Amino acid sequence: MAEEAILGYLAKNQEIADSGEFAAQHGLNHDDVVNVIKSLHGFRYVDAQDIKRETWVLTDEGKTYAASGSPEVQLFLAIPPEGIPLEELQKKLDPLLFKIGRAQAAKNKWVEMGKQLVSRKVQHVNDTVKDLLLQIEGGKVIDQDDIKALRGRKLIATQTWNGYSVRKGPEYAPQRKKFAADLTREMLQSGEWKNLEFKEYNFNAKGQPIEGGHLHPLNKVRHQLRMIFLQMGFEEMPTDRFVESSFWNFDALFQPQQHPARDSHDTFYMKVPAITKELPEDYVERVKRVHESGGYGSRGYEYDWNRDEANKNLLRTHTTAISTRMLYLLAQKPFTPKRYFSIDRVFRNEAVDRTHLAEFHQIEGLICDRGLTLGDLIGVLHDFFSRLGMSKLRFKPAYNPYTEPSMEIFSYHEGFGKWVEVGNSGMFRPEMLLPMGLPEDVRVIAWGLSLERPTMILYGINNIRDLFGHKVDLGLIKANPICRLGVD
Amino acid sequence: MPTISVGRDRLFAALGKTYTQEEFEDLCFRFGIELDDVTTEKAIIRKEKHLEEEETGEDEEVIYKIEIPANRYDLLCLEGIAQALRIFSGQQEMPKYNVANISRESIIKMHVKPETVSIRPYVVCAVLRGITFDEGSYNSFIDLQDKLHQNICRRRTLVAIGTHDLDTLHGPFTYEALPPSSINFVPLKQVNNFRADELMEFYKSDLKLKKFLHIIESSPVFPVIYDSNRTVLSLPPIINSAHSAITLKTKNVFIECTATDLTKAKIVLNTMVTTFSEQCERKFEIEPVEVIYSDGKSYICPDLSVYSMEVSLSYITGAIGVPLDAVKVTSLLNRMQLSAVQSVSGDDSSDITVSVPPTRSDVLHPCDVMEDVAIAYGYNNIKDIAIAKGYNISKGRAVSLRPLPLEEFSHLVRLEMAMCGFTEVLSFILCSHNDNFAMLNHEDDGSTAVIIENPRSSENETARTSLMSGLLKTVGQNKAHPKPIKIFEVGDVVLLDETGDVGATNRRQLAALYCGATAGYEICR
Repeated sequence: MAEEAILGYLAKNQEIADSGEFAAQHGLNHDDVVNVIKSLHGFRYVDAQDIKRETWVLTDEGKTYAASGSPEVQLFLAIPPEGIPLEELQKKLDPLLFKIGRAQAAKNKWVEMGKQLVSRKVQHVNDTVKDLLLQIEGGKVIDQDDIKALRGRKLIATQTWNGYSVRKGPEYAPQRKKFAADLTREMLQSGEWKNLEFKEYNFNAKGQPIEGGHLHPLNKVRHQLRMIFLQMGFEEMPTDRFVESSFWNFDALFQPQQHPARDSHDTFYMKVPAITKELPEDYVERVKRVHESGGYGSRGYEYDWNRDEANKNLLRTHTTAISTRMLYLLAQKPFTPKRYFSIDRVFRNEAVDRTHLAEFHQIEGLICDRGLTLGDLIGVLHDFFSRLGMSKLRFKPAYNPYTEPSMEIFSYHEGFGKWVEVGNSGMFRPEMLLPMGLPEDVRVIAWGLSLERPTMILYGINNIRDLFGHKVDLGLIKANPICRLGVD
Repeated sequence: MPTISVGRDRLFAALGKTYTQEEFEDLCFRFGIELDDVTTEKAIIRKEKHLEEEETGEDEEVIYKIEIPANRYDLLCLEGIAQALRIFSGQQEMPKYNVANISRESIIKMHVKPETVSIRPYVVCAVLRGITFDEGSYNSFIDLQDKLHQNICRRRTLVAIGTHDLDTLHGPFTYEALPPSSINFVPLKQVNNFRADELMEFYKSDLKLKKFLHIIESSPVFPVIYDSNRTVLSLPPIINSAHSAITLKTKNVFIECTATDLTKAKIVLNTMVTTFSEQCERKFEIEPVEVIYSDGKSYICPDLSVYSMEVSLSYITGAIGVPLDAVKVTSLLNRMQLSAVQSVSGDDSSDITVSVPPTRSDVLHPCDVMEDVAIAYGYNNIKDIAIAKGYNISKGRAVSLRPLPLEEFSHLVRLEMAMCGFTEVLSFILCSHNDNFAMLNHEDDGSTAVIIENPRSSENETARTSLMSGLLKTVGQNKAHPKPIKIFEVGDVVLLDETGDVGATNRRQLAALYCGATAGYEICR
């Protein structure tokens, strides 16, 4: 109704100067009018300008005085011409009324407060306060001083009135058009679509969330890395065994038995099954000898090697345990060069923090061939890492018990503006390869890195628990972009 | 990886040169150690006490925390690192450590009683004669023992070090194992006498020492070292006596290492004496001690013998992959504290004789020598040669293939679309002119689509310039299919192209379509 009235009025007139007046004139509720104006303004049918007015209204106290007279007059009228004792007067009036009335009457010099008697000082009084209040109620303007006095006595308060002046807007029409939000089958079948206006597409709005499936970011990165290895001609190693013996995880790699990494604070040892069932005995014998007294050109570690230590089962601390088994198998046949890789879970008994978990994924690549050199290792590392987008590499001498030489691989990260470590590599020691039975001129170069670290850097994730494990936000998995490693 | 804290200024003084942090980091990088952290003495203490960070005062000593390889016990202190780096930079030659040539009678003796076999069988000893400590070297001396205890000694279980002021003692010494109640002495930092069993109780509340009690506490006999006046030197591996404690003024140091692993005991003793022999009056000279076991066998310690290795030059160059001659290789090895000369003996004139000093117990096999050659040459110098020569795996039998990025990417996009619930369609590239333009409400301005000269039917008039008509036609042929229909296509369209050599090129596109009761714009979005 209000909408028709406003739009109708504007059809013939320039402007609605005051929404308040307009509402009053047309018998409309001003709040309804205001809502309609806002809506029409939003759709640009009209152009509305704010109008603000301050008016005075009576407080509740003021309203009682306007009705029954001010307290001072009430008090005055309660005093008979001959006067009245104070206590009696008090009884006649409401205590609050008495208190205020007495103060005001005294101020106006209307009454005499004697010790015995309260008496009138003047004959008549006019209830100016009541008159003023009634005037304000009626919407009349009164003198500023009077306003001040009344406000001081908290009989009146300001009220802001919001209204609008309204003109035609750019999209003005005498009647509001209905916009259809979407084209439906019914509209097409009925032909209604010909008469409808359609809401503009908002190309900046977010679309509707879709029902669908998503792959885990770590596995997406893992897939790309698998592809890279396969493209480089590497064979995948079967890594589906988490429980391993210390022998295959440490001893066969020429890692001495008193090495800190074998401590229980770094390695998870098995309670059940605690001991490995089977080991190739002749190979174990050769490994024992090379630890204790060397051979194959080495002076060995010169300590007493303990079979019980080697028998202990553990959760593998690196996939190099699998690589070792594969090399051993390779050595049992006439030699052919091989390139192997694996990407799988390893376990470390470390304190959990922002970048470390008890389990993570290790990426490992190794090449086994005659006459390989350190230069070859550097060359293959360049090929591999450049496929990951890292072509600026530097190598630092490092130490692993089973590789010599060993190199830490650093790559220049443009975003961080510094060199960051991206992996570890080296050439397996002869003390590890020769007891297996591999020919003397066969060398193995290998490298490894974690899957989590490059994934976190790639996707800007700071806390590993946000990426891997049950505490991951599903929204992160859903929002994770395509992994383009190895693509560009 | 062990980390050592060294005072920066003291380190630079020992190196004889002041570096900027970057220069020093670069030196460390090339050598194989790492500057892990830069902090100050006070900051370390504040951290330990969990106090607030404060602004660094200018007078606070800067501390470098350097990470070293786990098998390099010679780098566990400032003196060791400084010497290694000086030799690496060519500033000094590798020192030759030698045992003092004194008469057999005047060598100090250490007698080992048989009872020690049950608890801690071995001991090795040496004397640093005429040593001068300053505050820095004194602290280093204590710290090195700590570091060795933590690392190779496996928290004193394998080896325990005791150092004593020789002038407070009288040889010969005895290494015995006695019931705890019969051992009585004033331990370091205490004033009162303690029996050994009382000491076990007493140290149960000592944060540092309580960790070592388990090594001997259940044994009926405890290891103990006496001098000839029955003064206790130490109760290994727990504590030394107060009587023989070393001070800044000490001139003659007696070192004893008791152990369950003799090899490691020797390495530990060698590390201690070689490092601090530089502070002795007769530099790099260590006075020997004779250890006599109860079976009569005796050994002169320390064993500073050099381990000699013959390494073939072709092995070194063959493994590294860089051509080097013997002269170059020997000079490189000398910079790594491995004394090397070209072999004079015999047939193969391309062998290198390497004398591995007692400080390099990490060198076990020629591959360790080969690594040091590579480090001295510079890993990153090898890199440049490797790249220049196009080094690749397996000498030419290698394959290194990459798929086309466009194909890989298209595949990944297809997977994502399918995971959103859209089904892939494969429509024809050839289509009618009508389908390509009029049916899509597109005008043909003649500059977009190619035209077939001899179409067999109207369906072969042109090649699509958009995937849209294919999708629409698919829906058209599948009107009865349950709604909503969600399909996509990733494929090439053909466009006229002035810049191409034939005048037309392909462009890969993705298009998706949603068909249902409503138009579903938000879904496509």
